[in-house]
Amino acid sequence: MTERTTEQAPSRSSQDETSAAGSATIDTVTAPDPARERSQGSPIRGRGERIFRGLTSGSGLLVVAAVAAIGLFLLVQAVPSLLANNANFFTSPVFDTRDAANLNFGIRDLLVVTLLSSLFALLIAMPVAMGIALFLTQYTPRRISRPFAYIIDLLAAVPSIIYGLWGIAVLAPALLPIAEWLQGNLGWFFLFAPGNLPVLTGTIFTGGVVLAVMILPIITAVTREVFSQTPRFHIEAAQALGATRWEVIRMAVLPYGRSGYIAGSMLGLGRALGETIAVLIVIRAATTPSNFSLFDGGYTFASLIASAASEFSQPLPTGAYIAAGLVLFVLTFVVNAIARVVAGGKVNG
Amino acid sequence: MAKRLDLKDVDIYYGDFHAVAGVNLSVAPRSVTSFIGPSGCGKSTVLRTLNRMHEEIPGARVDGEVLLDGEDIYDRGADAVAVRRTIGMVFQRPNPFPTMSIRDNVVAGLKLAGVRDKKKLDEVCEASLRGANLWKEVSGRLDKPGGGLSGGQQQRLCIARAIAVAPDVLLMDEPCSALDPISTLAIEDLIADLKKDYTIVIVTHNMQQAARVSDQTAFFNLEATGKPGKLVEIDDTEKIFSNPKEQATEDYISGRFG
Ligand SMILES: Nc1ncnc2c1ncn2[C@@H]1O[C@H](COP(=O)(O)OP(=O)(O)OP(=O)(O)O)[C@@H](O)[C@H]1O
Ligand SMILES: [Mg+2]
Repeated sequence: MTERTTEQAPSRSSQDETSAAGSATIDTVTAPDPARERSQGSPIRGRGERIFRGLTSGSGLLVVAAVAAIGLFLLVQAVPSLLANNANFFTSPVFDTRDAANLNFGIRDLLVVTLLSSLFALLIAMPVAMGIALFLTQYTPRRISRPFAYIIDLLAAVPSIIYGLWGIAVLAPALLPIAEWLQGNLGWFFLFAPGNLPVLTGTIFTGGVVLAVMILPIITAVTREVFSQTPRFHIEAAQALGATRWEVIRMAVLPYGRSGYIAGSMLGLGRALGETIAVLIVIRAATTPSNFSLFDGGYTFASLIASAASEFSQPLPTGAYIAAGLVLFVLTFVVNAIARVVAGGKVNG
Repeated sequence: MAKRLDLKDVDIYYGDFHAVAGVNLSVAPRSVTSFIGPSGCGKSTVLRTLNRMHEEIPGARVDGEVLLDGEDIYDRGADAVAVRRTIGMVFQRPNPFPTMSIRDNVVAGLKLAGVRDKKKLDEVCEASLRGANLWKEVSGRLDKPGGGLSGGQQQRLCIARAIAVAPDVLLMDEPCSALDPISTLAIEDLIADLKKDYTIVIVTHNMQQAARVSDQTAFFNLEATGKPGKLVEIDDTEKIFSNPKEQATEDYISGRFG
């Protein structure tokens, strides 16, 4: 027994570096000896392991390569247009590509509208998702929480276009009184100051609420999952000290689930940043630059690109939109990186 | 303040499963009682009914009376949370709050009870850590997370946390089963020490440990799988280990079991 294992150890480690042909020879060497029947499985298992490892690292590399290729594609397409641009790409609020010989495009307002609507959505969705996840995992028996969770998940299956229609037809008028109140009473604060739209519907405010509903299921699902995995012995530690239900949550559930909650929220933010059709329908276009207010209109990166997609015929104007897409692409990476820092490594165990 | 415990005709259920039947026993204040018996006979189950942790399991319930100085902790007016604040528990697996600092771990129970005075908290923290024989090892790093201690240190931290609230009774479920012999001895010494102030009930699989630390020993047994566990006998530890009344006890402690 010991003899076999010591014998195999070097051969297996050498297999790691050798090719498939190398392991085949090892197979034929071991197979004929009946006394080694039990060790015979090992090279085969070794090969299986190697194939598996090859597949996993291969697919990992493939993903990285695909992401790099997408980035490169965007960059290559964008550079000629960026060189031909007559406006400052980062600070100009206009995005005018009607004349291919005189491109004037900048992303200032796209960035403002994208970030404002997404962060506002996150601000609404995060506490709500936390509340739902706590309610489902800590306050309700499984029998009730299952169907309830299912309904939340169902929200994720509703097509974006439906959210867009609902947002503009139902939600926008319903939010009007709130928007009016906010602007009337808190208008001195830049976020609630009058925006660049003549009305208070179809604003970033409306769009943010729609986005909040759209990203709620993913944040809730992730948060619910991590909360439900809080180790029993952490919970019992708190209970045995005489913690009430809320205190158990504070002492055991939240510290354990914190990083998962943040990760889930960042997934949601990623979705909000890239959401296209609902935003395109809900948020009205504006003719003047953004005032950094929630009651502004305008385009996000995604909605602008989608709105212009039917006119992508000439390479230079198209490249301008691709440059905008590239910024969105980078933005999502930055969001992910920040999330990682905030989540602070791993879940405690 | 150490208090006495009396169990009267206690039956314990997990849903439809009758786990433990007809337990009657008394625990005197400032004494150590150990529960011994084969795996699955219901020692932990009985222990967890003593501070109402049992009912946290869905469908679990308890019949009969558990009297703490004559007052039924299962009385309609009694509150499980309040009961647990006066009956502390140490678990088999050390379970400090991993991200909380050592200091916050120790005073977690006091904070729950609403103590905010920093000086008082620091005093209790030091006294409890000294009581749990851990002060010397951690006094320099009270702000470090509790999850960063060794297993034995974590268990003593959990004991410090349990005694910080000065409970009436201290329950311990196999507190040494994950520890090395030296930590085990440290904890046994600690139990002998704590006996001066607390009523202690300890579950253990280690017969020598039961013999070393406890004044009285309760032997639980299971007639057959699926049947409820029963208290076979309870007596002075010396008697149980030298001259038990029941044959089953004799068989178990002499290793002739099953
Ligand atoms: N959460 C639970 N749900 C249902 N049945 C349970 C649960 N916990 C324990 N039981 C059952 O109750 C009986 C007693 O279990 P208990 O954990 O009290 O045994 P024990 O004497 O502490 O055993 P051990 O020495 O292995 O810790 C066992 O039959 C067990 O399967
Ligand atoms: Mg047990």
